[in-house]
Amino acid sequence: MTKPKTVLFACGTGIATSTVVAHAVEEALKKRGISITTRQCKTTEVASYLADVDLVISTAQLPKDLGKPAITTLAFLTGIGKDDVLDKIEAILKS
Amino acid sequence: MAQALMNDLDPGAILLEVEAATDQEVIRLLAERLHSLGYVKSSFAEAVLARESQLPTGLPLGGDNNVAVPHTDPEHVLKPGLAFATLSRPVTFGNMEDPDEKLPVRLVFLMALNDKDKQIEMLQEIAGTIQSSETIEALIKAKSVDDVSRLLG
Repeated sequence: MTKPKTVLFACGTGIATSTVVAHAVEEALKKRGISITTRQCKTTEVASYLADVDLVISTAQLPKDLGKPAITTLAFLTGIGKDDVLDKIEAILKS
Repeated sequence: MAQALMNDLDPGAILLEVEAATDQEVIRLLAERLHSLGYVKSSFAEAVLARESQLPTGLPLGGDNNVAVPHTDPEHVLKPGLAFATLSRPVTFGNMEDPDEKLPVRLVFLMALNDKDKQIEMLQEIAGTIQSSETIEALIKAKSVDDVSRLLG
């Protein structure tokens, strides 16, 4: 059993859309047999939360050059392109 | 997904076929309702407007009928609540994902959030609702609170 990867979920307030997206991604990945540890913060605070994070998923624009894999997506709110984004997330977490 | 949005949506905070020129105008109208109904503090409207200008909340649905979900920090909120407006003509909101991109919006859900569990539920229900293009179309055409209630109840 490998250690679950840590995913940092970010949004404008760090409490609203990131909570919904974290929940949706966690559930969807569980169905694919992947468990993750989730963290949340505001997009403006991302840099100070990166230390042991494997992937950043945000609903709002992120600062450039975080030095970590990052995905900005609204797919978990609008439903558009959700499976494609999940494939991308899975690929990053398995790499 | 369950569409129990009416549980959160105060009938007194539903505005249909609003004629508004800007996102600020819609937000002010809805915030005024939430304030008079006792959901938010008087600072709420300005806080939402400030946030919207920095971090817009438009959600692109791939066409001309997009949705916006303005909200702000919990300190301006007294109890969780939701206000809803349909716009007779689209109003421009920034795209949450890319603030420089402007989206024509027809439906606005103004959220008063201060309870973590409640807000997950509310946002999940909004997300579930907007993922149905039929519901979006029907909401735009809604003529009465009863119409909205049937669609979101």
